[in-house]
Amino acid sequence: MLADLIASLRIALASILVCVVGYAGALLGAASLLAPESRLGRLLEIDAQVVGARDLAQAFTRPEYIWPRPSAVDYAADATGGSNLSPANPQIRERAEPLLEALGATPENPAPAELVLASGSGLDPHITEAAAIFQADRVARARGVTPGVIREAIEARARPIGPGDPARVVNVLLLNIDLDRIAPAGD
Amino acid sequence: MMWTLPILVILGCALSSVPLGRYMAWAMNSRGPGLPCRLDAMVARVGGSRCGEDQRWHRYAMSMLVFNAVMFTVVFVILTAQAWLPFNPDAKGNMPADLAYNTAASFTSNTNLQHYSGEQHLSYFSQLFAIMWLQFVSAATGIAGLTALCRGLAGRSALGNFYRDLARATVLVLLPLAAVVAIGLVLCGTPMTLQGSAVATTLEGLTQTISRGPVAAVVAIKQIGTNGGGYFGPNSTHPFENPSLLSNIIENASIILLPMAAVWMFGRIVGSWKQAAVVFAVMGVLYAGLVGTSVITEQAPTAALAGLPVQDAMNLEGKELRFGSSAGALWAISTTATSNGSVNAMHDSLNPLTGMMPMIGMWLNVAFGGVGVGFINMFLYIITGVFIAGMMVGRTPEYLGKKIEAREMKLALLALLAHPLFILGGIAIFAATPWGAATVQEPGPHGLSEIIYEFSSAAANNGSGFEGLGDNTPPWNIATGTVMLLARFIPIILPLAIAGSLASKERLAESAGTFRTDGVLFGVILTGVVLIVGALLFLPLGVLGPIAEHLAVSGGSAGPR
Repeated sequence: MLADLIASLRIALASILVCVVGYAGALLGAASLLAPESRLGRLLEIDAQVVGARDLAQAFTRPEYIWPRPSAVDYAADATGGSNLSPANPQIRERAEPLLEALGATPENPAPAELVLASGSGLDPHITEAAAIFQADRVARARGVTPGVIREAIEARARPIGPGDPARVVNVLLLNIDLDRIAPAGD
Repeated sequence: MMWTLPILVILGCALSSVPLGRYMAWAMNSRGPGLPCRLDAMVARVGGSRCGEDQRWHRYAMSMLVFNAVMFTVVFVILTAQAWLPFNPDAKGNMPADLAYNTAASFTSNTNLQHYSGEQHLSYFSQLFAIMWLQFVSAATGIAGLTALCRGLAGRSALGNFYRDLARATVLVLLPLAAVVAIGLVLCGTPMTLQGSAVATTLEGLTQTISRGPVAAVVAIKQIGTNGGGYFGPNSTHPFENPSLLSNIIENASIILLPMAAVWMFGRIVGSWKQAAVVFAVMGVLYAGLVGTSVITEQAPTAALAGLPVQDAMNLEGKELRFGSSAGALWAISTTATSNGSVNAMHDSLNPLTGMMPMIGMWLNVAFGGVGVGFINMFLYIITGVFIAGMMVGRTPEYLGKKIEAREMKLALLALLAHPLFILGGIAIFAATPWGAATVQEPGPHGLSEIIYEFSSAAANNGSGFEGLGDNTPPWNIATGTVMLLARFIPIILPLAIAGSLASKERLAESAGTFRTDGVLFGVILTGVVLIVGALLFLPLGVLGPIAEHLAVSGGSAGPR
């Protein structure tokens, strides 16, 4: 028992040196060589001011911006999470109804589902191309341009999910930065 | 097409598991001159004489328990003192004792159930020196246990040395794989830094605090070692943990690769490729069946939106778009069938029938299972299957040339029955008292599912959860912490005892009367034993939880609320 305790303590210390100090240290070094920018979280800067992270959704509620998916944590990137609601829970419906009204969805023109369904992280940076185009008219009106301008910007940002998946997705934050550049809002 | 991803990942891993299993057998069991033996010599120098000797099963088990007690204690101390330790740029406070007990038990037992949220409650020091350290050595403990079991089955009465096996598993198996995966994740865009949170001013002028840290290092070993404890609260749904389709494929493959390879390692050490192939096929059928069912049931739309002006789509609540349409279901099964427990979609928000599939994965806990321990669990079913088959045809049951007798059967059944005892017993107590009933997010069958899932996850050493459950309370922390520890060590120690007992028996010559365990017939019997034992023990839970909810939803009522 005592011999085991001494051996265990020594091996524990050695394994901490190898698995934590050695491994994490080597990776920190490798990451600063291989990915000096993205290892910090792919932050986006405009005029030397950090405006967000490329991979993280942020809140957009004004009409001149494309809106992301709803977030169960209000887009907090330091307390992330999903709703964890059962898909049959009426709270999902209660959350969806005002959103659908704001989006202008009607039975003749239904909204893409992800615009009213929260993601797992609360920070899903993407919506489908169709969900962005669904909002193009509103954004065009708010920015005083033709919907074609907005659609073109969306098209330019749309990327396939990957092989085997026909849907294309748009990074909402990057798209909105584009929109501010292409068609600055009136204010 | 929604089957592309599952087929690609499963086939790719199955194929690469064969050479990896051979490599593991060499790394764990080679006794000739070479790297493994040089490592043995270093271990003996560092750890002293206890690390150089060959151990019989009870000595081996004792070394394992003492080392795991040290793991638990060190981590408990780090977590309750992290405020005073370095690498704490975001000034996290100390963890309360009941939560630290649960967390230390959870990571020591390779479960990684998390009643805390990484970015809110842990310093970088705790993430690396507590969480990540245990993610290496707890996984290595599982591989060591399996290696010892295999040696016993191969007829060696000395099962090896625990410390040597631990070091070999860590340095030769886990570290290289984790390093490769971590580099891949860094290239995909996962952060790897010791800088504290970034603060952004959003386009609409709000402040967004962005937690980050040494994420890639933790996520890699979390996946490779069937650990599952995420860096961030929502695990691999978080865009930093899992930035793209490619990172998702890397991480999902990392879940099942080692559990698959462990089966081939067994075959190599006991010297029978065909025995391993039978077990692999049984596990593969169970796993593929669960994946296929989940991919289909998850295509159903989110029930709560019925009748609203929303386009038809699969259930997207709790999912990320960048992984595609079948990624959530594939991962949900991969992570629960193997005792990993990481998620890339919120299991609480899966459709009711899909949500039952991960539960089945955890109830059976053998469809590849955790690194090392998955095969150990299957070994218990193998013994039981051999025994039942032997009884049916009136032959003395044998496995690998060794007689299975009353002593082995008693030990095997004890270990097998511990699993349902922890799950059913825990659920009964918590469903009947405010300890559980007051913590569920939703009333009715879904709330019961949350309790069922939590105990299943703890007992299977899985670690995922129906996270709507308010589980950071002293009763939950203490109960699941204790279940995790018992459910970890009972199913390792008892099989070691069986192996020790089998190793001391004479090997019987194979004859025409021998019941063969390396053919299709035994594969069918084994599958039957796993399913029948699993179904008998757990079917009522499935009916009361997810199936009741499914019927309530599809019957047009939202359930009894």
